[in-house]
Amino acid sequence: MISSPEAPVEAPSEPRPRPNSLSDLFFSFTFLALQGFGGVLAIVQRELVEKKKWLTREEFVEDWAVAQIMPGPNVVNLSLMLGDRYFGLRGAMTAVAGMLALPLLVVLCLALVYAQYSENVHVAGALRGMAAVAAGLITATGLKLASALKKNPLGIPLCIGFGVASFVGIALLRWPLAYVLLGIGGLSCVMTYRKMGKRGT
Amino acid sequence: MTIAMSTADWFSLFLHFLSLSLLGVGGAISTAPDMHRFLVDQQGWLTDPQFNASIAIAQAAPGPNVLFIALLGWNVGLNAGGGFTTALLGMAMTMVGIMIPSTTLTYMAGRWGHENRELRAVRAFKQGLTPIVIALLVATGWILATGSTYQVRNWPIWLIAIMSTIIVWRTKLHLLWLLGAGAAIGWMGWV
Repeated sequence: MISSPEAPVEAPSEPRPRPNSLSDLFFSFTFLALQGFGGVLAIVQRELVEKKKWLTREEFVEDWAVAQIMPGPNVVNLSLMLGDRYFGLRGAMTAVAGMLALPLLVVLCLALVYAQYSENVHVAGALRGMAAVAAGLITATGLKLASALKKNPLGIPLCIGFGVASFVGIALLRWPLAYVLLGIGGLSCVMTYRKMGKRGT
Repeated sequence: MTIAMSTADWFSLFLHFLSLSLLGVGGAISTAPDMHRFLVDQQGWLTDPQFNASIAIAQAAPGPNVLFIALLGWNVGLNAGGGFTTALLGMAMTMVGIMIPSTTLTYMAGRWGHENRELRAVRAFKQGLTPIVIALLVATGWILATGSTYQVRNWPIWLIAIMSTIIVWRTKLHLLWLLGAGAAIGWMGWV
């Protein structure tokens, strides 16, 4: 299983799908944000990687790693980086605006009607049900992206080792995120760097 | 509740969120405890129920969860007694404050990283974090499904979370159908 990371990179001749205008970018991100109940990441992965194919799984998970480690809201960071790549600063601002503008209006409207229904048992139950589904969406996104590890220079066993250690640290021991990113993440980056050197790349 | 906000108060609201921006590694929600300390305990600009409702509404609504910060500012503004004018002012103070430093830094770092993406260090950084980032997603789902304490009577929630994990992982069913089903099950009082 680990013998395949040297597989040739696909030829760059094939034109990659990409947003064809700033308004395409804006509405694509607005559309993503408005479908993203309980976090936007699951829907971003499905739309941008699986449907629109603007990114491969590997590119997505790498960009997500950067978006995650930078301060600030992760999906906003991701939108910013993608927008910048397609249209520069204008693209970055457009993508962030697309992610925030309409959802902000929706949130304000919800806040205005919330007071009337906050005590209703059905509404509270529906929110719990949606939260349970949202938990599954995020887990499934992680499981899907795990296939990106096949091309990782660390090799499958080390990837699994670091992944399991991070899961245990965050989910079971409830360590602060910074410890896991700096500790386990730092170690993983150093080992990746050394493995890349050995392969002469 | 009604509060009086001077120009200096608006400015300190802005500054506080500006200063929290770069600390929000792993999402703005990780700085929520400090926002609570500042807005509720120290300044008395928000009540506890207002603070909690702001987070709950933003999580239930579509879109990035960072919008809870807009609601915090909105509610401070409403408490200041100027209707929508001060509400919009409060929202602008908190959102612009929290966004400017982190987006500027991410913009520059993202750009630098993309221009230098062939560097061994940059590639090692991104690829080395990949397994951790994937594990974090699974861990986030786990935490959302189990809550802060494990209670066996929550088994319907776990069951729904596991089912939706499998369906999303293995099928292309549209995610909104699943969320709708979750809402319906909850509405009937089964979770």
